[in-house]
Amino acid sequence: MTETLNVPASASMEPQPAPPGADAKPAKGRSLWSDAWHDLRRNPLFLISAVLIVVLLAMVAFPGWFTSASPTVGDLTHHYQGKPNYGHFFAEDWFGYDTQGRSVWARMVHGARASVLVGVLVTLFVTILGGLVGLVAGYFGGWLDSVLSRITDIFQGIPFLLGAMVVLTTFTKSNLWVVIAALLFLGWTQIARVARGSVITVKQSDYVQAAKSLGASTVRIMFRHIVPNALAPVVVVATTALGGYIAAEATLSYLGIGLAAPTVSWGVDVSNGKDALRTAPHILISPAVMVSLTVLAFIMLGDAVRNALDPKSR
Amino acid sequence: MGRYVARRLLQMIPVFIGSTLLIFCMMYALPGDPVAALYGEKKPDPAQILAIKHQLGLDLPLWHQYWNYLTGLFQGDFGTQIATQRPVADVIAQAFPVTIRLTLFAFVFTVVVGVLLGLVSGLFADKAFDRIVLVFTLLLISVPSFVLGYLFQYLFAFQLDWLTPTVQDSRDPGQLLLPAIVLAALSLAYVTRLTRTSVAENLRADYIRTAVAKGLPRRRVVGVHLLRNSLIPVVTFLGTDIGALMAGAVVTEGIFNVHGVGNTIFEALNRREGSTVVGIATLIVIVYLVASLLVDLLYAVLDPRIRYD
Amino acid sequence: MRGAKTMKWSTLAAAVALAATACGGSGGDGDSASGKPAGYVSMFNGEPQHPLLPSNTNEKFGGYVIDALFTGLVGYDAKGGLIDMNAASVDTKDNKTWTVKLRKGWKFHDGTDVTAESYVKAWNWMANVKNKQANSYWFDDIEGYKDVHPEKGEPKKDEMSGLKVVDDHTFTIELSKPVPYFEYKLGYKTFTPLPESFYKDPKGFGQKPVGNGPYRFQKWTHNKLIQVEAVSGYKGSNKAKNKGIQFKNYSNLESAYQDALSGNLDLVDGVGPKDLPKRKADFGDRALDVPYAGTQSIVPVFYSKPFKDVDPKVIQGLSMAIDRKTITKTVLQGTRIPSKGFTPPQVKGYQKLDTDVLSYNPKKAKQYIKEGGGIPGNKIWIQYNADGGHKEWVTAVCNSITKATGVTCVGDSKPDFQTDLQARQNNKVKGMYRGGWLADYPLNVNFMQDLYKTGASTNYGRFSDKKVDELFEKGDHAGSLDASVKDYQKAEKELLKKMPAIPLWDYAANIVHGEDIDGVKVGFDGNVLVTDITVK
Repeated sequence: MTETLNVPASASMEPQPAPPGADAKPAKGRSLWSDAWHDLRRNPLFLISAVLIVVLLAMVAFPGWFTSASPTVGDLTHHYQGKPNYGHFFAEDWFGYDTQGRSVWARMVHGARASVLVGVLVTLFVTILGGLVGLVAGYFGGWLDSVLSRITDIFQGIPFLLGAMVVLTTFTKSNLWVVIAALLFLGWTQIARVARGSVITVKQSDYVQAAKSLGASTVRIMFRHIVPNALAPVVVVATTALGGYIAAEATLSYLGIGLAAPTVSWGVDVSNGKDALRTAPHILISPAVMVSLTVLAFIMLGDAVRNALDPKSR
Repeated sequence: MGRYVARRLLQMIPVFIGSTLLIFCMMYALPGDPVAALYGEKKPDPAQILAIKHQLGLDLPLWHQYWNYLTGLFQGDFGTQIATQRPVADVIAQAFPVTIRLTLFAFVFTVVVGVLLGLVSGLFADKAFDRIVLVFTLLLISVPSFVLGYLFQYLFAFQLDWLTPTVQDSRDPGQLLLPAIVLAALSLAYVTRLTRTSVAENLRADYIRTAVAKGLPRRRVVGVHLLRNSLIPVVTFLGTDIGALMAGAVVTEGIFNVHGVGNTIFEALNRREGSTVVGIATLIVIVYLVASLLVDLLYAVLDPRIRYD
Repeated sequence: MRGAKTMKWSTLAAAVALAATACGGSGGDGDSASGKPAGYVSMFNGEPQHPLLPSNTNEKFGGYVIDALFTGLVGYDAKGGLIDMNAASVDTKDNKTWTVKLRKGWKFHDGTDVTAESYVKAWNWMANVKNKQANSYWFDDIEGYKDVHPEKGEPKKDEMSGLKVVDDHTFTIELSKPVPYFEYKLGYKTFTPLPESFYKDPKGFGQKPVGNGPYRFQKWTHNKLIQVEAVSGYKGSNKAKNKGIQFKNYSNLESAYQDALSGNLDLVDGVGPKDLPKRKADFGDRALDVPYAGTQSIVPVFYSKPFKDVDPKVIQGLSMAIDRKTITKTVLQGTRIPSKGFTPPQVKGYQKLDTDVLSYNPKKAKQYIKEGGGIPGNKIWIQYNADGGHKEWVTAVCNSITKATGVTCVGDSKPDFQTDLQARQNNKVKGMYRGGWLADYPLNVNFMQDLYKTGASTNYGRFSDKKVDELFEKGDHAGSLDASVKDYQKAEKELLKKMPAIPLWDYAANIVHGEDIDGVKVGFDGNVLVTDITVK
């Protein structure tokens, strides 16, 4: 279970959350964790999302468990004739065939790897980078805030298309890592802003002021008091954005600069599927549903974990 | 406060220079050549390419080109498009009003619907309504805007015949409705989620309990205390969003045939019209700057404890 | 709390200021032109990329307008034959000196006469390197071109010595060397006359052109529409059968299709992939597919690893591995016609080639590649620009090749055409690239010379073959047009042995139009002949 927990909650787990007011005692910290675990096991939201994520991760790691059909080799005789057979569980034609005569189900399974990696890794990197920038800017204020905020402004002004094209043409090969880099390059500013705003609010709280006057070190204040309490909006935006990044990968493909041919991804398929929107909508809908399910799983997990860990909730 | 605003306005100068320089360099880094692009797939003429480049100063080193651009800009000259030979200022002046209308439309939609949905689902957190809103927002997020655009066009313009499929006249609000909703969809999801979480969290805060205990009417507690305190992350997000709405409409504008900034950037990028791209991007940076200033000022309104120094 | 209150006011003020600037701009939009005068035809088009000058327009959107506004000396019929337009005759004895006699009584739309001088002066201006016209290279056959358009530096003269006005309606063109098919080139849109008023303000003219064609320029609302009106006293054979044309600016085919479907637009001359399978259902017999002189091929680059010093047999094998029939029928929705040679049937000089190289034969494909020594690395790439809708068929072609021969084939996507073109120009293509060629003039020469001659500027595959060059050379020096065409036909047969490209399929124009119009026909270049459209 820890494996599934680590991915989405990593941002919230790194710093040990502390209740507002006085410093938490070490003993209480442990019980917080076991309390959280106790809560989680009884939370149906958490259980559903955990199951979904385990299945997804299995698809990422072992696509062969789910299908034996090839996601890349098609047979044009199936073109547009391949209507879905929703009764044929796990069969090649479960979800029909796409415009190239490839099994849609096989592509849904094999597309998980690239899409989940893009979604999760971009979210992770964006949260770390943007969160740090926002934390520093919001906490210290003054000229540091000015400099960091204005850099954020500059980066936000870069047109998405231009930024993506520059990154993707600079690294001539458009593989997974380049797409991740491009989305990170263009995405971190959003989290940075939200984090900064949140930190500014928390900074004013009585418990932070109290800790300051007690002479707690800056690092301690930042990670013990500010981060846990400023995290909520960041986690919301990050988990919500996860789906956005998977969709953004689709938009990159739509604009012709996303993942390239031998790589299978839901984004590529959604963008391919739009051509068949009027004749064979299942080609588009099937991968889009996978994206939705993935995002749903991660958001529910994020919500559940955050609630369980939130000291204010009990 | 006045000094704070003055200082922020002064900061715009380095940001302005920084962003134009960055985007200038990015355009330079792109493969392709705006002058060679004049010839399309046909035979390019090396002698003529050199002559045109010389005339436009494109044969100068990058720093010199940038200097020329900047000095031109300060004299109010945004440059001239290479292919169409139209002044960039004209092109921008034509595209911006269209996009601004679309953006304002989308923005109002996002704020009103998003905050409302978020507030209600926050008040009833983990109830059925909250779950439905969650699934609804998820759908909006996970479906890329081009899919949503085609889908809405098909559904509302053809099957139901409520709206026109494309924009013929961008001054007609009825025609702008569809693209505005598609454009707003993604932000709507964020705003809803953010408001919901904030509201749900603040409901448990001491001051709300105090307010309720004091016997204040529920409407006042929710409207004044709860909403006001829950809006900081939402306002932050909206501040960045207004710029993103203006810049990120490439896909939506294409689908609905809106001749705004997104389309203009797309075309200019395809032809490598550097001055057009830099000009538009710079204006968008200014929008971001103003928006983020407003957001910072709003912080103090929403939370009186926040001060400027 | 006092501080917070003042803060509120200033925030509000700033918000109002932002909103005010936002709304203030709405006046200069120029958006109001949606009405269409009676008897006009509205059609899909885009914003022309250049000012509207015949000598600077080399793309489709501007081309439509130029063709409506200007009429040149000659034109082409449906089979690629020549017809005289503004010229009464174009004669030559030696293919070097050409005598042009103009029809009398033709006028520009500003009322001035079209004379020999209108042509000669215009061509001298267009060819001059100082004026930087994109189509200036079209004049390079004419004696004295080098004087007005040197490869380096300022022009030595203002006039080409090869152009001489004889009288008001006669002028001669002397070429620097004989070109048997020069008259065909004369049909290209840059060989038009310009009125005297042009020279006073060339820049203004580009926004408000005055031509001698079937339509008169009315207005150009940037990014919105260009409107032209039929000229009642027009003397040419292509007199307009409607009252005028509205070229409406669309950013893509899909939105234009939607408008045509809902009756807001009369004609779209292209259909996006989303609507292709439904076009017959939506428009019935008002959805047309008309083949024209354009071809699609994949071109091996002979400096790349897979194709360096390759045996042509390998390329023939690859060609036979492509199931053109199935791909055009399925993935391309019947919008293309499998190629039968290097030239399409709509041009003069098209011949039936007796060959199986262009037919699907997986067994033979495999065998040929093996006999030819295989492909180093057993892997090829097909480079294409992602903004042109090529991805689907490239994927299908690759699949077909891999399935038939076991050679790994991967699409190499470049974000846009500029990037794609740059890679071709700088010899950076990894294996093959997507080649597309639309006829400038309907003659087989046009489909070979610029693409496969050693050192030709659009020969990005860097193909070079002595025998092919010799045959081209022979054709260029032939005594007559027919002899020249025959030599090029021989060259085409030779090309089939050397395989500088793998022809895939020919284009068809996919047109949908509304119920109010009729008489939709298509020229050799795939453009709708707008003058023939009638309005019910």
